[in-house]
Amino acid sequence: MNLSKLLSPDWREWRSEFGRRTVIGIPFIWMLLFFLIPFVIVLKISFAYTEIAIPPYSSLFEYADEALTIVLHLGNYIWLADDPLYLSAYFGSVEIAFFGTLFCLAVGYPMAYAMARAPKQWQSALLVAVLLPSWTSFLIRIYAWMGILRNNGLLNNLLLWMGVIDQPLQILNTNVAVYIGIVYAYLPFMVLPIYSNLVKLDNSLLEAAQDLGTRPLECFFKITLPLSRNGIIAGSMLVFIPAVGEVVIPQLLGGPETLMIGKILWQEFFNNRDWPVASALAIVMLLVLLIPIMIFNHARLREMEERS
Amino acid sequence: MTGKKYSFSNIVLGFGLMFLYLPMFILVIYSFNASRLVTVWAGFSIRWYGELFRDRQLVDAVITSLEIAVSSATSAVILGTMAAYLLNRYGRFRGRTLFSSMITAPLVMPDVIIGLSLLLMFVSLSTSIGWPEDRGMLTIWIAHVTFCTAYTTIVISSRLREMDISIEEAAMDLGASPLKTLFVITLPTISPALVSAWLLSFTLSLDDLVISSFVAGPGSTTLPMVVFSSVRLGVSPKVNALATLIIFCVSLAAFVSWWMARRADRNQRAAYQMMGRDQ
Repeated sequence: MNLSKLLSPDWREWRSEFGRRTVIGIPFIWMLLFFLIPFVIVLKISFAYTEIAIPPYSSLFEYADEALTIVLHLGNYIWLADDPLYLSAYFGSVEIAFFGTLFCLAVGYPMAYAMARAPKQWQSALLVAVLLPSWTSFLIRIYAWMGILRNNGLLNNLLLWMGVIDQPLQILNTNVAVYIGIVYAYLPFMVLPIYSNLVKLDNSLLEAAQDLGTRPLECFFKITLPLSRNGIIAGSMLVFIPAVGEVVIPQLLGGPETLMIGKILWQEFFNNRDWPVASALAIVMLLVLLIPIMIFNHARLREMEERS
Repeated sequence: MTGKKYSFSNIVLGFGLMFLYLPMFILVIYSFNASRLVTVWAGFSIRWYGELFRDRQLVDAVITSLEIAVSSATSAVILGTMAAYLLNRYGRFRGRTLFSSMITAPLVMPDVIIGLSLLLMFVSLSTSIGWPEDRGMLTIWIAHVTFCTAYTTIVISSRLREMDISIEEAAMDLGASPLKTLFVITLPTISPALVSAWLLSFTLSLDDLVISSFVAGPGSTTLPMVVFSSVRLGVSPKVNALATLIIFCVSLAAFVSWWMARRADRNQRAAYQMMGRDQ
């Protein structure tokens, strides 16, 4: 840089550079500080001892006699591996999330398909109709099902009145209720990506195939379904990932047989106040979800590239 | 193919919509039930709404929740605008991939993990540097801004991408500074997206239970926390009345958001933006 430029700096340029740095800096630092670094802290505390103190965990680093001791306590992870409760909770979560996602797909795909095929002037209204419930309080929507599924609730009364059953069915506080809750809460997240994928589908492909004598069902399996793959992946991940960590649905609709890791973590943290074990549970949950999250990010990036 | 009215998919769509709306509809009807027993219909009454407003704890929680929702939605829109600008106008910069994954990750990250990690972060900070002293409104605000920013960035980003960049370039060629261009050209053009993003964050913040439960301290009880603790005890007509009010307010906010976005560009993107999912 030459001297004259240094002596009379171009303020305008300096200001725009400053503005640029601010725009980059503030959101970047915010997300770094409040999203990424917290995970590092969870990792750190998952290696700590549980102590009866405030905060209720030991420190990893000890500096005494000019020696820095780092104690990594693996006991929390060994504890998780030893107790069959945690292992079955992880499997239970993945199982419930997996089948919940399948049910969502089974209901959501035809819905999205029908929306994409509906007359143009209806599509916008249908879309809002599907999305509106997801704006309404999650808690309230789950609560609504408690009233319906109870032993003396609406569904049982209806079935008794119709003579289908003689005795009320126990639905609330079972896994059936959890599945209903998951499909109900997450259905819009499945419908939306699939719909937006299907609506972009080039109709001339289908017409060409039909002109060449392909049957409608074959058309669907050979053209429509493969082309909506990105939508299916995105929708499935939007349901599966949050469903694995679901807390509210198993607590309100599930029963003692419902073992889900979100619920266990919640109890470990709030009831037992065992922060290190809760941290270890969160780290393992994150590891379980790492691959689905990567698939989701990949599908999103590909979708964005295709558009531009 | 479009001709068939009673195709399999149309029937599923009909039942699907019924499945989505029926539970809430039932809830609304039963909130006007005079009986204390939730299952027995004993005539029309609005007494539960009256009891709702006499519940001091509930009213306080509503005020706390609204304060947090307004401030976090506003901050999340500002932060989201910056982040969207960064992702769409700055081309490649160091750490772009890291940044865009940090922005999208909260969309799918389970709430328990976000809540726990933020709480442990706050506790570590307060033991090492003494800030924040207490957990309360401030920590809830930080947590809500963090996850709402993910949504606002996506809503604003999709609008910014569609905007004709040549208008900005023209303004700058004519001598407007980048800051002036931002305030005179860019922000007014994307204002419908800003409104939708604000409303979306507002409802997300108002609705959040899990993250708030982790980072809240004594004396900062939000509405979902009160609802959750009473819901765990079972179904009550008072909660039905509260639920009806929430459904009403949220529908109104959603409708306004949709209407604003639709007026701005009369196509279906409007409805996606409403959800913060730009697909």
